[in-house]
Amino acid sequence: MDGEELTEQETALYDRQIRVWGADAQRRLSKSHILVCGVKGTVAEFCKNIVLAGVGSLTLVDDRVVTDEALFSSNFLIPPDENVYRGKMLAELCCDSLKDFNPMVRVSVEKGDVSGFDGEFFNKYDVVVVSCCSLVTKKSVNEKCRKLSKHIAFYTVDCRDSSGEIFVDLQDHIYSKKKLEETVECKLQYPSFEEAISVPWRALPRRVSKLYFAMRVIEKFEAEGRHPGDVSIADLPDVLRLKKELCEANSLNESHIPDALLERLVTGTREFPPVCAVIGGILGQEVIKAISGKGDPLKNFFFFDAVDGKGIIEDISISNPKSGS
Amino acid sequence: MASQNQLASIKGAKVLMVGAGGIGCELLKTLALSGFQDIHIIDMDTIEVSNLNRQFLFRKSHVGQSKAKVARDAVLRFRPHISITPYHANVKDPDFNVDFFKQFNVILNGLDNLDARRHVNRLCLAAEVPLVESGTTGFLGQVTVHVKGRTECYECQPKPAPKTYPVCTITSTPSKFVHCIVWAKDLLFTKLFGDKNQENDLNVRSTDATSSSEHVEDVFERRKDEDIEQYGRRIYDHVFGYNIEEALSNEETWKNRNRPKPIYSRDFLHDEIAQQNGNVDNAASDPSSVSAMASLGMKNPQDIWCLKENSRIFMEAFKLFFMKREKEIGNLTFDKDDQLAVEFVTAAANIRASSFGIPLHSLFEAKGIAGNIVHAVATTNAIIAGLIVIEAIKVLQNDTNKYRMTYCLEHPTRKMLLMPVEPFEANKSCYVCSESPLTLEINTHRAKLRDFVEKIVKAKLGMYFPLIMHGAALLYEVGDDLDEAMVANYAANLEKVLSELPSPVTSGTTVTVEDLKQELTCNINIKHREEFDEEKEPDGMLLSGWTQASSVEKDDNKSNGNGGSTSNASQAVPVEAEDNVEMDVPSGKKRRLSEISSQGLLSFTEETKNHGKLEVVDDDDDLVMLDGDPGLNKRKRMQ
Repeated sequence: MDGEELTEQETALYDRQIRVWGADAQRRLSKSHILVCGVKGTVAEFCKNIVLAGVGSLTLVDDRVVTDEALFSSNFLIPPDENVYRGKMLAELCCDSLKDFNPMVRVSVEKGDVSGFDGEFFNKYDVVVVSCCSLVTKKSVNEKCRKLSKHIAFYTVDCRDSSGEIFVDLQDHIYSKKKLEETVECKLQYPSFEEAISVPWRALPRRVSKLYFAMRVIEKFEAEGRHPGDVSIADLPDVLRLKKELCEANSLNESHIPDALLERLVTGTREFPPVCAVIGGILGQEVIKAISGKGDPLKNFFFFDAVDGKGIIEDISISNPKSGS
Repeated sequence: MASQNQLASIKGAKVLMVGAGGIGCELLKTLALSGFQDIHIIDMDTIEVSNLNRQFLFRKSHVGQSKAKVARDAVLRFRPHISITPYHANVKDPDFNVDFFKQFNVILNGLDNLDARRHVNRLCLAAEVPLVESGTTGFLGQVTVHVKGRTECYECQPKPAPKTYPVCTITSTPSKFVHCIVWAKDLLFTKLFGDKNQENDLNVRSTDATSSSEHVEDVFERRKDEDIEQYGRRIYDHVFGYNIEEALSNEETWKNRNRPKPIYSRDFLHDEIAQQNGNVDNAASDPSSVSAMASLGMKNPQDIWCLKENSRIFMEAFKLFFMKREKEIGNLTFDKDDQLAVEFVTAAANIRASSFGIPLHSLFEAKGIAGNIVHAVATTNAIIAGLIVIEAIKVLQNDTNKYRMTYCLEHPTRKMLLMPVEPFEANKSCYVCSESPLTLEINTHRAKLRDFVEKIVKAKLGMYFPLIMHGAALLYEVGDDLDEAMVANYAANLEKVLSELPSPVTSGTTVTVEDLKQELTCNINIKHREEFDEEKEPDGMLLSGWTQASSVEKDDNKSNGNGGSTSNASQAVPVEAEDNVEMDVPSGKKRRLSEISSQGLLSFTEETKNHGKLEVVDDDDDLVMLDGDPGLNKRKRMQ
């Protein structure tokens, strides 16, 4: 490592977690810079987790102006006091609360729209997390990050109803892990978001989570003229039609994307707080793993659904061997 | 988002959270966000600095205040219109009785110790209130649901006992650093600063273990007109030098082991004395902030000290105890938050480790081992809290078929990081929820009622307000409303051997033990046995029908609690860690996790990977499961 030691204050505050990931991982964390775009309940959970963990800085982007409580029904960072929130941007409100969680972390706000930021902007960060944004934005931010010589860890996260999805792109990631008593070095290669979602469905293992397909259907539906998250039960017939088309185009049996699941995802536009906690927790853990370079990071999708209670990792890469379960 | 149905049951629910720590803070937040309106929360603890990295409702300015109360205030700031009732109290207080528990729809545990978990389990059974139980350690965690008549109770499967070490490993043949820590903490520290009357095997055993015991008492007492410096060096030379020499004289022991090296203070401390004396006086006057590291100018707890540094810390800490904290000497017990105690134990353990060729460790590491500090991170607690709320909502909706136990894993198993498993059925031989009788083998002519109360009723059965009956005769009870004659009568009974009690307890009879607060009754069939193996059955009695999984090391000679006192079995559970997982250790064949060994959750993933037999609730690809057909959801299959 660079030889810089943790201060006494840091050692005391982070005692319990240093026992989990070690002092050098803690030092790396304290030098890392995180950018999040789109601050809803799940991202609020994630922000809390990494601020507590002691990252160097956290920058929030979300210009949406808060007019009523619907925007933060599952966000505990915003006090439901009209005098406090009215007219302010989501990012500003969350920033105020997050600062308070850990005085050693620099929390700030960047104004603007994430789709308008260029590579130079992203170059300031080690980790970029995007949420509540369109398919096009996800792809373009991911590509901008990939063009930089520096390895930026890129994540997307979204929760709908009682289910959630995380996508991870760590590009070429080298990390260490403990195997028995020895530390071994490992390497993983990640596809970009575009590459991952372009893998033909029929090339995927038979037992890939239904949520993967369902999320792609809704993502595609929204990409055709909707704001992210702007769907309702009224859209169900169109969503189902799109599903049929996509299944046919991909020669995938339609039973892989149950109508009831899609119905649930278009109806429940608000996040379900326990799911925010679960997804925000997993994402926090993954970001900590990526920064510290310690432990197997997940590759490259994670799904959780409160209905069946499973938290599943799916590897959706081009090189995926076509195999059954 | 929750359905209308769910929302209605959430809004109408009254829930009790036990614990406002790592899991508790996350849980209270998630409950409030999910729409719960009436939450009660019990926690006896106050806030410490080392909590702040994950217990996000607390700030530095709150250190020393009640967790339950501060957590309430913090959550009300973002959900002002709900009701949160805090209790800064121990859940074992008699106020929290069965009637208290009955007012709640569900109990949610975020506890940090086995005793309290068992206690809450019993109250939930007696009050017939469902319990959602949880625990985390590092990246691992679990959530389980316990509903009387539907699932197993928390105690249906015995929990792994805390790790213990054979006495002779600690006293004579340490091979791991932890053995040195146990020696330094439970033997040396206790001998010098704690209860002098406690049985203590500090001296290395020679072939004839009893021969030197009289001599020992002398050595550890400070002699008249001996200054602290001389006293400290004499102790140093005795435990690290003389004792090792004595042990070396027993050739048999070292045939297949590396011979330890005696260490004397003159080798490491010759010129130091003069310089150090001056520093001592500069130490802060507040006894809690006295530190040998500070007075020697050492800062980094992550550093591994050399033998000389350890020797200096040892002497400095020793002196500081006598100079700055003399009043406490004789009553001290090791506390992981006591800086000076941690310094002393680290130094002593390292010097001993050095003697035995064991790698030395930093103060930070030694503190973790000595304090049984469980690793804790915010993320796992957040995930587990989310899962608790998901199960709590199912419980409120009486969605019995959908209850799940969920494991949060560090490495995926069958692609899963969060793995739901169907809850197990109640164990029919569980003495807690099925009230099955137990059998006790005991020497009824030698064991006193007191031994029975301490070693069985309190330590094994976890009862706090016991009442002991034999037929119609009341032998013993605890309570505030007893008259003097009864108190005297019970006190006299305690000192009697079982067969000489007013109603003689002999082989073939049955003793009934009841805890009125827990509303738990337990029948124990008595079987007289003359002899017990001192090494294997140190209690001098054997309770069966319910067995506690033992985790004594393999080359075990004698199980002795935490490696220290053999005299007090009721103190053999030194778990003071936070939010620790007590992994269910399935042992019965009926349990689907029966392949898992009794090594706890840490080995869980390894085990399941190796065996791959774990049965998980799994929907089939070709079936639509999301419509919520309970019949289909119940399907399970083998991998």
